[in-house]
Formats: sequence, structure tokens, C-alpha cells
Amino acid sequence: MTDTHTDTTVELPHHPSPRAAGCPFDPPPALHALQIDKPLTRVRIWDGSSPWLVTRYDHVRTLLGDPRVSAEATRPGFPHRSAGQQASNRARRTFLNMDDPEHARIRRMVTAPFAVKRVEALRPSIQKIIDDLIDQMLAGPKPVDLVQAFALPVPSLVICELLGVPYEDHDLFQRNTKVIVKRDSTPEEVLAATTVLADYLEDLLAAKQVRPEEDLLSELVTKRVATGEMTLRDAAHMSVLLLGAGHETTANMIALGTLALLENPDQLALLRTADDPKVVAGAVEELLRYLNVTHSGRRRVAREDIEIGGEVIRAGEGIIFANEIANRDPEAFAGNPDELDLTRDARRHVAFGYGVHQCLGQPLARVELQAVYSTLYRRIPTLALATGIDQLEFKHDGFVYGVYELPVTW
Amino acid sequence: MRVTVDQPKCVASGQCVMLAPEVFDQDDDGIVDLLTAAPAPEHHDGVRESAAVCPAAAIHLADR
Ligand code: HEM
Ligand code: SF4
Repeated sequence: MTDTHTDTTVELPHHPSPRAAGCPFDPPPALHALQIDKPLTRVRIWDGSSPWLVTRYDHVRTLLGDPRVSAEATRPGFPHRSAGQQASNRARRTFLNMDDPEHARIRRMVTAPFAVKRVEALRPSIQKIIDDLIDQMLAGPKPVDLVQAFALPVPSLVICELLGVPYEDHDLFQRNTKVIVKRDSTPEEVLAATTVLADYLEDLLAAKQVRPEEDLLSELVTKRVATGEMTLRDAAHMSVLLLGAGHETTANMIALGTLALLENPDQLALLRTADDPKVVAGAVEELLRYLNVTHSGRRRVAREDIEIGGEVIRAGEGIIFANEIANRDPEAFAGNPDELDLTRDARRHVAFGYGVHQCLGQPLARVELQAVYSTLYRRIPTLALATGIDQLEFKHDGFVYGVYELPVTW
Repeated sequence: MRVTVDQPKCVASGQCVMLAPEVFDQDDDGIVDLLTAAPAPEHHDGVRESAAVCPAAAIHLADR
């Protein structure tokens, strides 16, 4: 019997592959080639296993929408991102790694505050957070690192307010989140960071049991823990997910998005002079598509045999979805998909994933990004990179792509 | 055009509410609410786009 997961005799392309030097916004060239020549292929990953890699837009949507494709990370064959992630997936289960109907039941416990109208109502307070941070930046010395001064605090302040987490503690959760999203963190480091975060949030939840406030964590304890639907520890793990999920993603969209716009001055000009909120909203979708910061792929495992594109994915085989290249698929996006074109209709992108796990926080992320992109470059029209783009360090080793620092001046 | 929604499948992504607010809303839990099954012609584009982007394939259209 041959076990395809441990068969190391076949030469398979290694995944992930590197991006091309000098093309920090483009997915690795190897993914381009695979999308054309072998859109459904086996690849070799860090642990020697050989999951499928899906690179075409229509395949990505079909499979991510297929209930036979499981997000359950405890199933054998699930293609973990790293040893650290494997350990943390084992240590804590959240709805991110559950299948329906369990996933739907738990996700629905927290969908209410992310509804479009509830998020729209937060727009003024989000705008104020952004304006205040820009005021502080303008009053301070330059050059300044846009990541620390702006890109990270925006989503952090917003999600803290929504969850009811004191922002004063941001050092603790940003430091630990950093460990969790790094590919080369060891299992011990990831587990330790996860435990610190879960303990911290469990204490906070317990305090809110006694004195509930107007926030999501209070709602969780009074409506779900009190009724016995959820244990306090499960609520803490879920809170870690909610606190972390919107941090790195949105922060990297802000910093990397700013860099992409500075490198494409005509596009930046378009955004700076746009008066129509629809133009700004369209620009956000295009930047999400073009940058697709969650570059470590959606990870799944087949629970049954699945026939697709002339191949058969067998039950128990892992599947990695390279949405960053699906978002560049010429079959799905008109014109030249490798170009940043803020006027493109990019709404069908898969930067928030697809299927039942599609981003829960997307209405919030959209409002944050719309407010950021329509404010930052208007208030600081001379914003410029304070160093050469070749001096920047990109997060090649992160589960979420971006820049570690973005020194800017004006 | 006739629109139907499959509420048990909806994952509360909010995409339809952003694209066609005259036709779709969300209930207290964020789950899709159909405001009209027979939208006016000027809303057809938004409804078609909603059905195309809905991550849960919970929006169905029929010509009529
Ligand atoms: C631009 C910013 C963001 C991007 C690019 C992004 C991207 C994604 C992606 C690709 C997924 C799918 C995961 C999968 O299929 O395996 C996802 C899921 C999720 N996102 Fe986001 N996200 C962003 C912002 C946020 C924010 C602000 C929150 C707020 C809490 C959030 C919370 C979540 C949660 C809870 C899930 C899991 C949903 C589920 O499994 O049902 N995200 N996100
Ligand atoms: S687009 Fe689909 S999943 Fe999202 S709210 Fe509308 S019906 Fe629900």
C-alpha cells in the first residue's frame, strides 16, 4: 500500500514557494505557472506531506463551497501551516476549524455585532480613532513607522472597543499574536502565547460575569456561558480568535496598501481626489484582491472523494487554497489582473475566503479600510516613503503578508 | 425576477446587504432577511451580484 502523505520518492514542488525579488506585491511566480499548467496539483509542505494545491479561481470557489471539504484541523491529513500551528490547532478548537452544523451554531452566537448596519453605526467612532491617530502622528517627530503609529493601532482600538478589551493591555496581546502568526515559531512558543492570551481573556470574561458592560464579551458571558451553551474556557478561546483575527489582517492591509499606493501614484491620486464613497469602496475591494494579505492559504481536508477538473481528491487528503493567485486569475478578472486598478470591479475576490468560513469581520474590515484610505492620504497629501522600497523587510515568514515597518515622512 | 433566500445556509457575511440594501436586510443575529421577493428592475444588478458573491450560495434567482 502506498501512502501518498508520507511518500517522499516523488519530486513535488515545494510549498510555499518564494516571491520574485523586486515584486513584493505579486504572488510567487511558481503559483502563476501552476495556475496555467497544473491548476490542481500535489505539493510538498514542511512536514513532508503532500496536500493538493488549488490555484484557479473557479476551483477555489467550488471546493471552498463544498460541504465535503472540511476545516476540521484535528482530522488526519489536514495540512497544517507549521509545527506551531499544528500544536495550537490541537490545543484549542474554535469555529474557524469546525464544520457545519457545529460551526454554524457557534458562529451564529457572534454574528450580530458584525451585521452591516451595526458596523455602519460604528463608522463615526472609527473615523474619530483614525483622525486622532493622524493628529498624534502629525504632532510627533518624523520619519515615523506607520505600522506602529497607525496601521496596528487602528484595528486594535476598534476591536478592543467592540469586544470590551482594555486597549491599555495591547502590548500583551500584540506581542503574543506576533508569536502565533510567525511561521517559524516553535510549538512550545505558540502554545505558551495561546495560553497567555486565553488566560488573559478568561479573567476578563470572568470579571464581566460579575459586572457586564455593553460589549461583545459581556454578551458572550451573559447569554452563552450563563445558559450553559459554552464553557468559560471555550468563550475565552473564541475571544482569542476574535481579538486576533482582525489585527494582523487589517493592519497589514493598511501598511502594505499604503506602500502599494505610494508605488502607484496615479492610483493614489485617484483615491485622494475621490468624493464618491462608492469609488472608495471599490478601491478597498481592489486592494483586498490585489494584496490578498492572507497568503498562507485556506487549509482544508477532504472528508469524501471529490472529483474536480479531471482529478480525484481522495478522502483524507489535504487541500491548500492559494487565494492570492486565484485573485489574479485572468478567467475571473477582466483586464490585467496583475495590475492595481482601483476602478476595476473586484467585488468577487476571495481575499476574505469563500464558503461558510468566509470572514466574519468583513463588514468591519471594510469600514475600517474605507475610512483609512479616504482619510490618511487626504490629511497627509505629501506622505512619502522615508527609505527605499528595497530597504523594507517583508513578512515572507508570516501567515499574513505585509511589511514589518513602514518608515514614512511628509 | 423572483428572489428566494435560504436562511439556514446564510453565514451573515452581509455582502447582499451592502450590494442591494433595498432587497436584503439582516435580522438581529445578522442572518439574511428578504425585504421583497420581486425587486424593482433598477435593483436587479445588485441582486445578481449578491447571488454571485454570496459565500453560502443562499440566494436563489428565477426569471419571471
Ligand atoms: C482586511 C482584513 C481581513 C482579512 C483580509 C480577513 C481574512 C479572512 C479570511 C481569508 C478568512 C477565512 C478563513 C478560512 O476560510 O479558513 C477569515 C475568517 C475570519 N475572520 Fe477575517 N479578515 C479580516 C478582518 C477581520 C476582522 C476585522 C475580524 C473581526 C473579528 C475578522 C474575524 C474573522 C473570523 C472570526 C473568521 C473565522 C470565520 C469562520 O471560520 O467562520 N476578520 N478572515
Ligand atoms: S450574502 Fe449570503 S451569506 Fe451573506 S448575508 Fe447575504 S445571504 Fe447571508
